[in-house]
Amino acid sequence: MSSQAKAAKPAKPASGEKALKWILGITLAVGGILVILPFIWMILSSFKHEGEIQNIPPTLWPERFTTENFKNLFENLNFGVYLKNTFIIVLFSFFGLFLNAMAGFGFAKYKFKAKDKLFYLVLATMMIPGQVTMIPVYLILNEMQLTNTMIGVVLPGLVGAFGIFLFRQFMSTIPDELLEATRLDGAGEFRTFLQIVLPISKPILAVQGILAFIGGWNSFLWPLIIANDEKLYTLSVGLSLLKGQYGGNYALQMAGSTFMVVPIIIIFIFFQKHIIENYSISGMK
Amino acid sequence: MKGITHSKAPYFFIAPTLILLTVFSLLPILVALIISFTDMDLAGLADWSTISFVGLKNYADVITDPIFIKAILNTLFYVVFGVPFVILCSLAIAIMINYGANRIFKVFRVIFYMPSVTNVVAVAVVWGFLYNPIFGLFNYLLEWVQLPAVPWLQDPIMAKISLILMALWRGIGLNMIIFIAALQGIPKTYYEAAQLDGASTWKQLTNITIPMLRFAIFFVSITTMIGWLQFFEEPFIMTNGGPLDSTTSVALFIYRNGFQLSDFGYAAAGSFVLFIAIIVITLVQFRFQSKETDL
Repeated sequence: MSSQAKAAKPAKPASGEKALKWILGITLAVGGILVILPFIWMILSSFKHEGEIQNIPPTLWPERFTTENFKNLFENLNFGVYLKNTFIIVLFSFFGLFLNAMAGFGFAKYKFKAKDKLFYLVLATMMIPGQVTMIPVYLILNEMQLTNTMIGVVLPGLVGAFGIFLFRQFMSTIPDELLEATRLDGAGEFRTFLQIVLPISKPILAVQGILAFIGGWNSFLWPLIIANDEKLYTLSVGLSLLKGQYGGNYALQMAGSTFMVVPIIIIFIFFQKHIIENYSISGMK
Repeated sequence: MKGITHSKAPYFFIAPTLILLTVFSLLPILVALIISFTDMDLAGLADWSTISFVGLKNYADVITDPIFIKAILNTLFYVVFGVPFVILCSLAIAIMINYGANRIFKVFRVIFYMPSVTNVVAVAVVWGFLYNPIFGLFNYLLEWVQLPAVPWLQDPIMAKISLILMALWRGIGLNMIIFIAALQGIPKTYYEAAQLDGASTWKQLTNITIPMLRFAIFFVSITTMIGWLQFFEEPFIMTNGGPLDSTTSVALFIYRNGFQLSDFGYAAAGSFVLFIAIIVITLVQFRFQSKETDL
């Protein structure tokens, strides 16, 4: 028995492995279809007429394609304004990214008093749940008379400990000699940062930039809390408003969702390698 | 040694972020603690003189508030069922993708990660439609395979499960990536040695892979648990806490009292109860983990 099993072994793992790979591949494919299904349903439904959406049984493929829902978003609802606000928030989040990079550089390349303590303090802010700071931040912004302003919407989430941490990790690998050399050439500290450090940090800047874009594009909670005025709503807030007002018009809701989700998916697929590797690097070290 | 500009420069670089983090992350904790002992509301916002100190009244009220208790029980439901479910699914998918290790399997990595980058509001709107009892796709598919319709968002227990399913769909990606990174960090020589000893694929999985992933599993379980404790957008958009507050999470309770009822002191007290719960659970997990690694 045992000798027979031993004899068969060299050939068996190869075919067994292949069969296992097929089984895993098929399992993953079924799971993958389930994962994509909501997106497909969303996109196809957004091109259906309002009446068709209420067909029983539902149709998967639209009987007649229409872009009427998308037109509706911009003509009858304020999606143009929401889009503009969302872009403003994205721009601010790039500025926040720059501030994170500056702080990362400060922590990576200088020695100063209480440096470690301050860095731990920065990391500690990651542990604070948003629900605890939500109300006091609103009160603080109210004291600063920033409620219902764009500044008030962007300030609370402008910088983040995780970004600072990633920049510090990356920038500590820049050789000190390089920085010393530029200093000897008479460049100031800020110029060294702009002209030497930032260009070297391009890989991490790119990844963080994409993530900042996605974060800004998706921002929901602060615009919801701070903006009382529809003029300051972002796409997310506008969409949740649309769901409240046009609860039965699923075609319109799907068009709004498609408008928010598809650009992000395109950006993600385009940059997926960088985004996924960013987590692979930072995740477990 | 390095001159005056040097000694000031680091502060110039870190000052903007430190100021922002102090004002919007650290100071708020203090503010929240103070107002949790007051009866601050909308009137108090305009005129501070109307605010009065009420001691522990908010805390005493909130822990006896039936809706708060319900929110805690719901949140526990999300944690107890959601955390193992998310970890199991993302670990299984990560192992399968890592085992395949060719181009097709890399495509799966992108597909399973995709939901994590999408907007939670849009996703909740789409899933709300999928879950629709009459026009929704899910019940249609069930009918197609001759199964009875499911009251996805209408039944108190089922509504919680439906929200978990949606959050699972969105949560797999990031955890899967963390697991794949950890899997690739396991030295190949371990597997080679096991194969020489004639260990089966399953034995290698249970005796090498899972023990080597212990830290990654710990990390993911803590972050996932904290995420579930703060569960907010999904119930807010899809069910608004209903039916009958059966999906209201603690975070939604805090939001509602704070911003819809403007009962800031009361909401702050609720948020501190949540904060303490998160700290306690995290500490317990760390304890548990360090004991396990001692063995």
